[in-house]
Amino acid sequence: MPRIKLPTPPIPPALKPRPARPGTGNGRVGPLDQAAEAGITVVDWIDERTSLSGGVRWMLFRKVPKGTNWFYTLGSAAMFAFLSQAVTGVFLAMYYDPSPTRAYESIRYVTNEAFLGEFVRGMHKWGSTVMVILVFLHMGRTFFFGAYKYPRELNWVIGVVLLILTMTMSFTGYLLPFDQRSYWATIVGVNINGTGPLIGPYLSDFLRAGPEFGATTLSRFYAIHMLLVPGLIAALIGAHLYLVTKLGTTAPPWVKAKPDEKLTESEV
Amino acid sequence: MADDRYKKSSPYTADRGIPGAFEGETVTRRRFMGASTHALGAVAASAFALPALGFALGPVFERTKMPWQPVGPLDDFTKDTYVPRVIQIVSGIGEAGKTTVYVRKRNPEIDTEPGGDSAAIVISTRCNHLGCPVRFTAAAGKFICPCHGGVYDFRGLREGGPPVRPLDRFYTRVDNGQVMVGPRYSVNSELRRFSPRDPGEPLDGIGQYMYPARFSTPEKAGR
Repeated sequence: MPRIKLPTPPIPPALKPRPARPGTGNGRVGPLDQAAEAGITVVDWIDERTSLSGGVRWMLFRKVPKGTNWFYTLGSAAMFAFLSQAVTGVFLAMYYDPSPTRAYESIRYVTNEAFLGEFVRGMHKWGSTVMVILVFLHMGRTFFFGAYKYPRELNWVIGVVLLILTMTMSFTGYLLPFDQRSYWATIVGVNINGTGPLIGPYLSDFLRAGPEFGATTLSRFYAIHMLLVPGLIAALIGAHLYLVTKLGTTAPPWVKAKPDEKLTESEV
Repeated sequence: MADDRYKKSSPYTADRGIPGAFEGETVTRRRFMGASTHALGAVAASAFALPALGFALGPVFERTKMPWQPVGPLDDFTKDTYVPRVIQIVSGIGEAGKTTVYVRKRNPEIDTEPGGDSAAIVISTRCNHLGCPVRFTAAAGKFICPCHGGVYDFRGLREGGPPVRPLDRFYTRVDNGQVMVGPRYSVNSELRRFSPRDPGEPLDGIGQYMYPARFSTPEKAGR
């Protein structure tokens, strides 16, 4: 049976588990051993049929350049912010009612009465701000470290699309509580879209589903917010991560490449 | 071999030595099958994608209807000041479908706009900067927008701030002494009528061509 070979974590030698002495391993098998064996069996069973471990190793155990630092975690942080938004959003959708006459009441119920409702809604509300901040910080890191240059231009382009989609999420999500602030903010936001020459008037009609803020505007925003854009974001995060793994990360600009001495000599 | 690559081969499959080729056949059956599969796939994809897209885009091309609504007898209004009235512009969405309008009697001395012959003037409260609600300040005789400081004069013409055109108006008529309010229309700085545009869209000069009329322009319901 093939075993997955994982690299040993850097544990000090004194803490490393001692290998069993010869002749002592034939005793009774404890429940811990059985549990470990069962887990390995299950993972092996799946791996034998999918060869997933190769992909996982390719994704996770890759070489990173010298000088990699905390700034490199901003991308993962933005992704975890998105995952948190996705999970809390799914559960908020269980209580939310996207009808102009009942939306405010359903949000009031979530905030004031549902168990942990205020907490989950707060996570979603503040998490959206956190996500936007993290996305911008991640973009700034990429820009200032020069990590958008060849061959990573396509990943920059995907990142820009993800930024736009994040802004779309912020715009469509802002309407959903359907209080005075979100209503007027959406009126203003849709009208800003309408100021685009030639297609602007039709774009704002598309967003509102008509010439005025109407009966289906809210459900339209809701569908864009919870179905259309999250699907696109998830797919593009997948493409973004694939390219990061495929191309590797860059060293910070202050780390100078130090060529091998032998190589330098032979070139001279 | 390298030279052969650029040599034009015969269009007939029989000449190219393809096994089982028919006389006069130019497209191999394998190629034909491949193309038909792609064509069928395209048909199947458009069969669900096009109706769904049309469904989402439908409201852009749909004309809406705006019924005439009474706002009170003509004698309730004066020439010198505006009276706020609430009308419904979208039905079925509760308070969100209502809007305030400002009504006054026509004053022939100041209302000299082209084509103006209605007995009452009904001004929309939607600011033409970005759509916030303006309020008529009687002491100043001006409309003032709370959001970004747009100021309009007594006739709704822009006097200051970011708005790009005068306040919109509503068609009016008088039925048995009752002022009736119809659909909205937009005006340029000479108060010439245009089909309703969204806020932020200028109508002077090139603006009227940059922001064309929309398909969703409400039609006036029958008299």
